[in-house]
Amino acid sequence: MKQLFDWLDQRTGYRELIKEGLYENIPGGSRWRYVWGRTLMFALTVQFITGIALWLAYSPSTQTAWESVYYIQYEMTGGWFLRGLHHWTAQIMTVLLVLHLMQVVIDGAYKAPREVNFWFGVLLLLLVLGLSHTGYLLPWDQKGYWATSVATDIMASTPLIGPWLKQVVIGGHDYGHHTLTRFFALHAGVLPATVIALTAGHIYLFRRHGVKAKDPYRAKDEYFWPGQVLKDVVACLAVLAVVLFFVIREHGAHLDAPADPASAYQARPDWYFLSLFQLLKYVPQFVGAFLIPGVVMTLVMLMPIIGKWELGHRFNVGLLIAVLAGAGGLTWLSINQDNNDPKYKEDMAKAAADAALIKKLAKDGIPPEGALALLRAQNETGPKLFARHCASCHAYDGHDGLGGKLANEQSAPDLKGFASRENLRGMLDPEGFISPKFFGNTEHESGRMAGFLEDELEDMDEDTEDMLNKIIIALSAEANLPAQREADIRDKEMIAEGHKLMGSDGLDCINCHTFHRSGKPKAPDLTGYGSREWMLGIIHDPSHDRFYGKKNDRMPAFGTDGQLTRRQMELIVDWIRSE
Amino acid sequence: MIKSDQEPDEDRRQFIKGTTCVIGGAIGLVPTLAAVRLAIDPIGRKRDEGGDFTRLANLDELEPGRPTMVPVVAEKRDKWSRSTGVVGAVWLLRENLAANNGTENNGTTEGNPHDSSGPSMKAAPHVTAFSTICPHLGCFVDYREKENDFYCPCHNSKFELTGKALNTTPPRPMDELEVDHDRLSQSGEVWVKYVRYKTNRPEKVPA
Repeated sequence: MKQLFDWLDQRTGYRELIKEGLYENIPGGSRWRYVWGRTLMFALTVQFITGIALWLAYSPSTQTAWESVYYIQYEMTGGWFLRGLHHWTAQIMTVLLVLHLMQVVIDGAYKAPREVNFWFGVLLLLLVLGLSHTGYLLPWDQKGYWATSVATDIMASTPLIGPWLKQVVIGGHDYGHHTLTRFFALHAGVLPATVIALTAGHIYLFRRHGVKAKDPYRAKDEYFWPGQVLKDVVACLAVLAVVLFFVIREHGAHLDAPADPASAYQARPDWYFLSLFQLLKYVPQFVGAFLIPGVVMTLVMLMPIIGKWELGHRFNVGLLIAVLAGAGGLTWLSINQDNNDPKYKEDMAKAAADAALIKKLAKDGIPPEGALALLRAQNETGPKLFARHCASCHAYDGHDGLGGKLANEQSAPDLKGFASRENLRGMLDPEGFISPKFFGNTEHESGRMAGFLEDELEDMDEDTEDMLNKIIIALSAEANLPAQREADIRDKEMIAEGHKLMGSDGLDCINCHTFHRSGKPKAPDLTGYGSREWMLGIIHDPSHDRFYGKKNDRMPAFGTDGQLTRRQMELIVDWIRSE
Repeated sequence: MIKSDQEPDEDRRQFIKGTTCVIGGAIGLVPTLAAVRLAIDPIGRKRDEGGDFTRLANLDELEPGRPTMVPVVAEKRDKWSRSTGVVGAVWLLRENLAANNGTENNGTTEGNPHDSSGPSMKAAPHVTAFSTICPHLGCFVDYREKENDFYCPCHNSKFELTGKALNTTPPRPMDELEVDHDRLSQSGEVWVKYVRYKTNRPEKVPA
C-alpha cells in the first residue's frame, strides 16, 4: 500500500499539498473566533450540492417554474428536505457573512497587507446577496414575483443605464419566460462561477498572509490540523443543526401561490433586505436605494485605508456597528409596522388561503398553461361565464345565467335546454323561430330557414307533424344530452326514421344542411348538433364553414379571437348541457 | 555570432509576444462577443403590439361610486408562447350618477325644471379605469374601504378615487386607461385599452 502512495506522491506531490493545507501555523493557537470563514465554506458547499440537485428538477419558465418547485416540494421523495436545506442554508449564510465580517473588522484582519483579500471578501458578500436575490424569484410565487418586480423597478431608475439594465436583466419589457431563464442563469451559472473564482483567490490570499491572530495570544502556536479543524467542524455542525431545525419546523421552505399580476399582494423582500425596503419609506428613492447603500459600501471598501490612520480602526468598528444597528432597527420597524397593520394580516391570510387552495388543486395535475389557470378556473363557473360573455345577446331561461335581468334586449336565442326535444319543438315552429326566444332579433328572422318553416309547416297535416316529431327526436339525439339518455335509447327506432326523414323523402333538411356526410353545406352542419363537441366548435368560431360561415350574424369567435380559453368554453357548454 | 544576432532576436521575441497577445485576445473575443450580443438582445426590442380594447365588465356589474377590480384577460405573447391569460388588472369606477345629478342640477336649474328626462338624466354612463400598477414601484394598488382611497401597501402611496396622488411617494397620479365610451353608451359593456406604463417617473410613458 505504501508503495502505491509513494508512487502517487512522486507523480503528483500530493503529500506536500496536504501538509501545506493542514499544517498551517496559527499564532496563539486555535480559537473559536476563527471559525466563520470555514462555516461559510461549508454553507457554500451545501448550496452547491443542494442547488445542483434542485437543478435536476427545476424548470425555468412562467408555466413551469412554480409547478416544478411545487413538484419538488410536495411530490418528490425528500424534495421538501432538499429544498429546505437550500433555502435555510441561504438564510443562515447571510448571518454568517455578517459574523465573518465583524470578526475580520474587529480583529483588524483587513489591514495591510491583507487589503486585497478584504476586498475579495466584500465582493463575495455582495455576490452571495446577489445569489439570494436571484434565488428568491425562481419559484415564481407571489412573494418572489412582487418583491423582485419592485427591485427591478428600482434598478430601472439607475442613472443613465437604468432602463437598459432592467431590460437586460428581466429579458424584455415585461416579466416573462426570459426573466426566469436569466435569473436562473445568473443564480446557477454566472454568480456561482464568480463565487468560486473569488473564493479561490480569497483562500489563496488568506494562506499567503497567514492567520491574523487576535492579540494577545492566549496559548502556544498550534497547527491548523487538528485543533482548529475540530473547532471548525463543530461550528459547521452547529450551523447544520440550526438549518435542520428550520427545515423540519417549516417542512422545507414556504411556497406561495403562483405569481399573479392581477392580485393584490403585499410585496416584501426577504428579511435581510427589509431594512432597505423600510428606508425607502422615509427618504427619497435615490437617497435610499443608491446614495446611502453606495456610501456605506464605499466606506466599507475603504476600511483598509481608513484603518491606517490613528483612530481609523475605531472608526471602522464604529461604522460597522452603526450600520448593523441601523439595519437592525429598520428591520424591526418594518416587521413591527406589518404586525400592527390589520390590512397586512388580512392580505397575508388571503395569500395563505390561495396558496393552500392551489396546492390542493395541483394534486390532480396541472394543465400546460400552468397552475394559475387552475386557481382562476376555481372562481369560474358556467353560469358566471355565461353572464359575462354570452348574456349581452343570449338569454338563459330569460335571465343572464345567474338569475339577473338582461342588460340589453335579447338578440340571440335563449340557450336553456339547447338541442333538447322541447327546445327544438319551440324552434322548429314558424312562430317560435322568429320569436325573440330564438332568432327573432337576428338576421335569421328573415332568412331562408324562417321562410322554409313558414312555407312547409304553417298549417301542417298530421303526416307532416309526425315527420317533424321524428326529425326533432332524431336531431335532439345528436346532442347526446345526459338528461335525455334514457329517452334516446328507448326511441331508437323513431330516431332511425327521423334520420331518413331529414332527406328528400321527408322534409329535405339536407337541401341546405349537412347531416352525416350527405347534404349541402349552405347552413350549419347538423351532425352532432348540440353535442359537446359541436357546441365547443360553434363557440370557438361560428363563422367556420361547418357552422354559419359567411351567414354568421354577430356572434364573436370566442376561441379564435382568444376571448375564452378552451377550459372556459367547456365550463359554459357543460353547464348548458347539464340542465 | 551571438552578439550580432541579439538585436534581430529581440525583435523576433517582441513580434512573437505581440502576435501571441493579438491571437489570444482575438480567440477570446469571439465567444465573448457572441455571448454579450445575446445577453443584450432585449435592448431596443419593440414591445409586442398589444393594447387593443378588452371587454372587462358589464356596466350593471359595477356599483356606482365604489371601485371594482377586474382582471384583464387578453391574448399575450411571451417570447415563444401565445396564450390567453391574465395580463394585469384594472380598477373600474362607475361614476356615482346620483351624486353627480345633484351637482349638475344645481348648476343648471334654469334649464328645464319640469323635464325629468333632461340631458343630465340621459347622460351617458361614465366609467373610469385605472391600472392597478402603482406608478411608484409597480406594486399592486389596493382599494381601502374604510378610507375610501387607493392605497399601495409597499411604500404607502395614496390616491384619491380620481387617481390624484394624496402624498409625495408616487411620482404621478394613478395611470388612467382609455375606456371605449361609444361601446359603453351603446351596449353597456366596459371595454378598456390595457397599457402598462413605466413606473417611477413623473411622466406617463408606455413601458
